Amino acid sequence: MNKYVGFGRIALTIVLAMGLRIAPWPGVLADFNPDWVLLALIYWSLAVPERVGIFHAWTFGLLTDVLTGRLLGQYALAYSLVIYICLKLHKRLRQFPLIQQGLFIFFCLLLSQLLLFIIMNIQHPAQLHATFWLPVLTGTVCWPLVYTVLRFVRLTRRTQ
Amino acid sequence: MDPLRVTLSIFIDPIKYLVDLPAILVKNATDTVISYEALKRENERLREEQLIHQTRLLKFAALEKENIRLRALLENSFELGEQVLVAELLSINTAPYEHIVVVNKGTRFGVHPQQAVLDANGVVGQVFRAFPFSSEIMLITDPNHAIPVQVNRNGLLTIAVGSGQLNRLVLPFLPSNADIRPGDLLITSGLGGTFPKGYPVAVVDKFASQPNKAFVNITATPKAHLDRNRELMIVWSNSKPIPLISKPTANAPETSTLINE
Repeated sequence: MNKYVGFGRIALTIVLAMGLRIAPWPGVLADFNPDWVLLALIYWSLAVPERVGIFHAWTFGLLTDVLTGRLLGQYALAYSLVIYICLKLHKRLRQFPLIQQGLFIFFCLLLSQLLLFIIMNIQHPAQLHATFWLPVLTGTVCWPLVYTVLRFVRLTRRTQ
Repeated sequence: MDPLRVTLSIFIDPIKYLVDLPAILVKNATDTVISYEALKRENERLREEQLIHQTRLLKFAALEKENIRLRALLENSFELGEQVLVAELLSINTAPYEHIVVVNKGTRFGVHPQQAVLDANGVVGQVFRAFPFSSEIMLITDPNHAIPVQVNRNGLLTIAVGSGQLNRLVLPFLPSNADIRPGDLLITSGLGGTFPKGYPVAVVDKFASQPNKAFVNITATPKAHLDRNRELMIVWSNSKPIPLISKPTANAPETSTLINE
């Protein structure tokens, strides 16, 4: 099967995404840091849906919860829901041009952030700044970059 | 402490150290290229500082003894000294809207949640979660954090709440006729049991009096350099006070043997 992508490689890219997630961006840029883990998960679920599923999304979501010190299961829930939608629509999404895909990614990120917003608001209400929503925008802008890089990672594997 | 989070943290902590690596490399690089002159100057400065602190400590020891004697007269108990562990900040950013930092010491070193964390200038925060290889520290300026303080000048007790800004604490529970002035030093009151008593927390900012309101709007600037320090001190305070020290009689027992220094 020449379409085979090693799971080690997928996991490595997601771990790198986790590293970017907690990287100390200087000053104001920290507010713009997009949700790299979710972007990587979305890419892999669209590219190789047979290898990255809801369980993986849930597991990496749980690890992201620990990484960022959130309530356990918060990211796990958001990620598995978004990945579920991606898996349902992956055939159609692959046909879309990058711009249209970007719009879909925007709504995926928005959905994830909305879920996090609801959960965090239940925990301690009304303490989130408006900048909470900025990662959705930057995530959409970064999508072509993520797409190109991860596509490169996936295809170099295939030629070997 | 939930065991699941601690177990998962063992897989997660390497990522934290990995992200911190560039910062360490840059620091090491700057350390190696520092000039001999600069080192000599710094050494001299530190020597002077140490001398000053040593002299202050001499006085402090005498004051401590005196304090114990006076407390004995009042039939009051005295608390044991504190132990500290120096922890280094990992330069990572878990959530931009929260004031939580991660340090490189964890439960392997005996760190546990709710320990007070200080720097050279004042109170920084408290240990929020402790993992085997790292721990999360909530700064006093986090919007979810409150610290019991007292005004050093007159002992007025109140609570300082985090504002979400790194250079500001809010004192929301002071009546408008409270005896507090701009420039007053706020120290930890020791109430609540988390923070040891008597460490500087913040200095009261300028404020306008509002006689028509029940509570005044007072802010304070933290003493600790919350955004600049890489080294923090985690404190073990022995909250169990020494049982009553008997009143000094003609042949008074030497109280100093009771103090753990």
